[in-house]
Amino acid sequence: MKHTPKIIKVSGPAVQAGNMFGCFMGEVVRAGKDKLIGEIIRIEGDTAIVQVYEDTIGLKAGDPVERTGELLSVELGPGLLGGIFDGIQRPLPGLAEHWGDFIHRGALIHRLDREKKWAFKPVVKPGDAVEYGFVIGTVQESEHILHKIMVPEGMKGVVKTVAEGDLAISDIVAVLQDGTEIKMRQRWNIREPRPRSERLPLMVPMITGQRAVDTLFPVAEGGAAIIPGGFGTGKTVLEQTIAKYAQADVIIYIGCGERGNEMADTLHQLTKLKDPHTGKLLLERTILIANTSNMPVAAREASIYTGVTIAEYYRDMGYRVAMLADSTSRWAEALREISSRLEEIPGEEGYPTYLASRIGTFYERAGRARIQGRDQETGSITVIGAVSPPGGDFSEPVTQASLRMASTFWELDYELAYQRHFPAINWRTSFSLAYPRMMAWYREKVGGEWPEMIGRTHAILQREEELSEVLKIVGADAMEDRERADLEAARLIREGYLRQSAVHPTDAYCSIKRQEKMLSLFLEYIDAMLKAVERGMSMDEIAKSPLVERLLRLKEISEESLGEEITDFRAGLKHFFESINR
Amino acid sequence: MSNDLLYREHRSIESVRGPLVFVRAAGNTALEDLASLYLSEGDIRTGQIIEVSEKYAVVQVFGKTERINPETTVIRFHEEGAKFDLSPLVLGRVFSGGGEPIDGLPPVPPLARRDVHGPAINPVRRDLPRDFIQTGLSAVDGLNTLVRGQKLPIFSGAGLPANEMANHIIGNAGVQRKDEKFALVFAGMGITSREADYFKSSFNNSGAIEHSVVFINLADNPVIERILTPRFALTAAEYLAFDMGMQVLVVLTDMTHYCNALREVSSSREEIPGRRGYPGYMYTDLASIYERAGRIKGKAGSITQIPILSMPDDDITHPIPDLTGYITEGQIVLDRGLHRKGIFPPINVLPSLSRLMDRGIGLDRTREDHRQLADQLYMGHARGVEQRRVASIIGEEGLSETDRKYLRFADAFEKEFIHQGPESRTITGTLDAGWELLNILPESEWIRISRELIGKYKKTDLHGAARPQSK
Repeated sequence: MKHTPKIIKVSGPAVQAGNMFGCFMGEVVRAGKDKLIGEIIRIEGDTAIVQVYEDTIGLKAGDPVERTGELLSVELGPGLLGGIFDGIQRPLPGLAEHWGDFIHRGALIHRLDREKKWAFKPVVKPGDAVEYGFVIGTVQESEHILHKIMVPEGMKGVVKTVAEGDLAISDIVAVLQDGTEIKMRQRWNIREPRPRSERLPLMVPMITGQRAVDTLFPVAEGGAAIIPGGFGTGKTVLEQTIAKYAQADVIIYIGCGERGNEMADTLHQLTKLKDPHTGKLLLERTILIANTSNMPVAAREASIYTGVTIAEYYRDMGYRVAMLADSTSRWAEALREISSRLEEIPGEEGYPTYLASRIGTFYERAGRARIQGRDQETGSITVIGAVSPPGGDFSEPVTQASLRMASTFWELDYELAYQRHFPAINWRTSFSLAYPRMMAWYREKVGGEWPEMIGRTHAILQREEELSEVLKIVGADAMEDRERADLEAARLIREGYLRQSAVHPTDAYCSIKRQEKMLSLFLEYIDAMLKAVERGMSMDEIAKSPLVERLLRLKEISEESLGEEITDFRAGLKHFFESINR
Repeated sequence: MSNDLLYREHRSIESVRGPLVFVRAAGNTALEDLASLYLSEGDIRTGQIIEVSEKYAVVQVFGKTERINPETTVIRFHEEGAKFDLSPLVLGRVFSGGGEPIDGLPPVPPLARRDVHGPAINPVRRDLPRDFIQTGLSAVDGLNTLVRGQKLPIFSGAGLPANEMANHIIGNAGVQRKDEKFALVFAGMGITSREADYFKSSFNNSGAIEHSVVFINLADNPVIERILTPRFALTAAEYLAFDMGMQVLVVLTDMTHYCNALREVSSSREEIPGRRGYPGYMYTDLASIYERAGRIKGKAGSITQIPILSMPDDDITHPIPDLTGYITEGQIVLDRGLHRKGIFPPINVLPSLSRLMDRGIGLDRTREDHRQLADQLYMGHARGVEQRRVASIIGEEGLSETDRKYLRFADAFEKEFIHQGPESRTITGTLDAGWELLNILPESEWIRISRELIGKYKKTDLHGAARPQSK
């Protein structure tokens, strides 16, 4: 009795346990009478410090501690899609069913449905040699996702028997000759990246249907983008919009330390909306991980790893996975909170000194790769992480550390947000390092002129930047018509092209083909306008043209009438500038 | 006391440091349990356990630690944390920040007893906030609409009329449909007796007190109690909303005092300070308050929160407004410049925001043109304010004709739309005022509104050419 593990000290989410001889780092334990889930994060002699993933109110010194001998891991298998889980993968609908409207502590529940039967179709036959990553069979998890049951880590051999038909995830689907049994469900330690065979270069963009993103600052499939922005600049709306429209097979959405109402809203939207690419309900391709700001802080830390591990699992099936994390700052703050409870020496702004390396290892789990065990197949994980810098100050450690890791950077701007220009992506400071390598794809799939068009667009916006300084000193009236025309060009791009409504039925999603059509027309108009001014036409005259308003409203025109509007506009354009020329 | 068996007595205080009392061999005590300290003079103090270990417990004392004598003081541990006794009879009552009645009436006979640290709502059980609340203020109703179940703070500054504004909202929000019950929960944290009297007398005058629960922690009341005050208030609100099915409006003022109390307690616990000395867990702590708003599927009631905070030195990047803005669903920002111009409510709409607005407006809720009209007004005002900056350098003459119109729009927007003095406007009145204002700008500039809606809702310019030209 004397030597049973027990709690000796409680301080916030950090609990010190004694008589823990033989425990190991990362081991999952259950603390106290309510059996709260925790993970060992430090060992000193026979005492261990446990990071508890639930509220520690009511824990007492002397309360029992139970060891599990396992690492913190997720359960992988059919039934993940369409699910909504907490930070340590407990299904929230299941928690609600058992314990009601409020989160209950110490809730023990299966991560995936054990009862549900899945139609298992074998791919291997007796006598086949298999090892890690080989596909044993498949299950149609949703209409579009074929779930591949893969050989778990550490298993290798020759198939003796293989099952077929309606099976639950705990049923045995195959037995190897040495007697090893393979089930549909398997576990994976969340802190350990799943292996991949070979990293591949990033040449293809992940199209999001957002003009400011796909046209100016695209994120590569398998790349990483960060969205830093102060509160109210639209991080969450951008993440939600990308979750809805991104060209990806599977979406993992992590609400990390964010608002409960927002999670309810995301869930609501996903259950109502259809995927523009496949026409199926969005929820069928989505997995939500919700650890809201008032749920335990330690589980917030785990939620990011839970999400990325599930992402890797679907990558290993050969899918393009987009992982959206809102917000990585809350995760970093959880690290800080736990670090300070452990009385570690703080680094910059109180964050632990290992902050940058933790952020680094997380973003490195993104990528496009050949799959371990099936070298001819590829899969990818694209990570989009929101960052919430305190006071909107981008020099803070989380933004800076993330910046080094991400190849795409969408800086959200207060000024744009105040004008209700959304997405408030600042075109002066944002960048996409991966763009040059993707240009070949754009040239081939979108249009041969694309690189020139992008160059032109940036030049127009840059010109406005230079002129705005002058404008502030001399005023618009004192400016030359040529300069006013340059300003007008930038205004059209900003208002008519970059600004995009997240709620307008036509505008919310803009296909890359449509982006090309729109941008060509904008540039065509701008060129005609600049030429006309050069020939001596006055800006006052041009401002009277009804074409401007039509151009600004182009984004509202439905897909069916777009072609007609463009043809009609072109005719009007020609007519207008020529008529004045005479 | 009848439940004496629930106490354990100790006479083993080892040391007293600031508000912290270290007790040796405290035995069977749990985190966040309450404790009573009996001083030899017969004085009783309460405290809460903030750290437990095998050898000792750390008790944080609510109120002063003066005259606590380690030799003679007896400490008793209650075997539970802070709880609040609830029944419908809490309505009309006034409590201290620690949940004790201070209106001279006897304690409420309890029907339920709840832990003040309410558990988190399971996100899948949350229902979407979507019912429009008419506050009577155009800057809120028209541009930053409040909906039931939302948490929308007011970012104020020293000397700005946040309390008057809150009072205005309380007066309007209380008017509800007949088949619904409305309740107000008010928590004053670290407020002055003048402020407390202002609210108490206005609740009494309007009769609001009958359906209100009031918690008052004055500036000279214990700091530790201040940390529990919003939690008592929200526990009462949850009972009224989710047990009694009432539409509850919670006003929390002043969150700045609350945060300063949190900092004070943190530093006395010798924790590593974060930005400006506030504890690193302040985000999590504030979230445990603000997130206790919302609606639950299958329940009639709702909790809407209006926390009020003072931005120190009007700085919106200060940790208190900053962390609040990251948790709440928008913010209403008050502006000193507008206040000086005599505009009431002095709401600066540009940094203000209501994230849940889209859920509460539009056809069947307010009116179909609401969203687009609001966008257009925003854009017009933002551009006008920008021109004001330019004009201050180059003079109004340097502006183009269109820009001069924007300048005039921004001025009229502040004087006629934002400003309304003590009067209340209906939502239709607010939207119509917006359409009328748009006439200052040429129609070709109304590009954020669809042509269809322009055709349907455009106001013929009543002022017309008679509108005075700004000089």
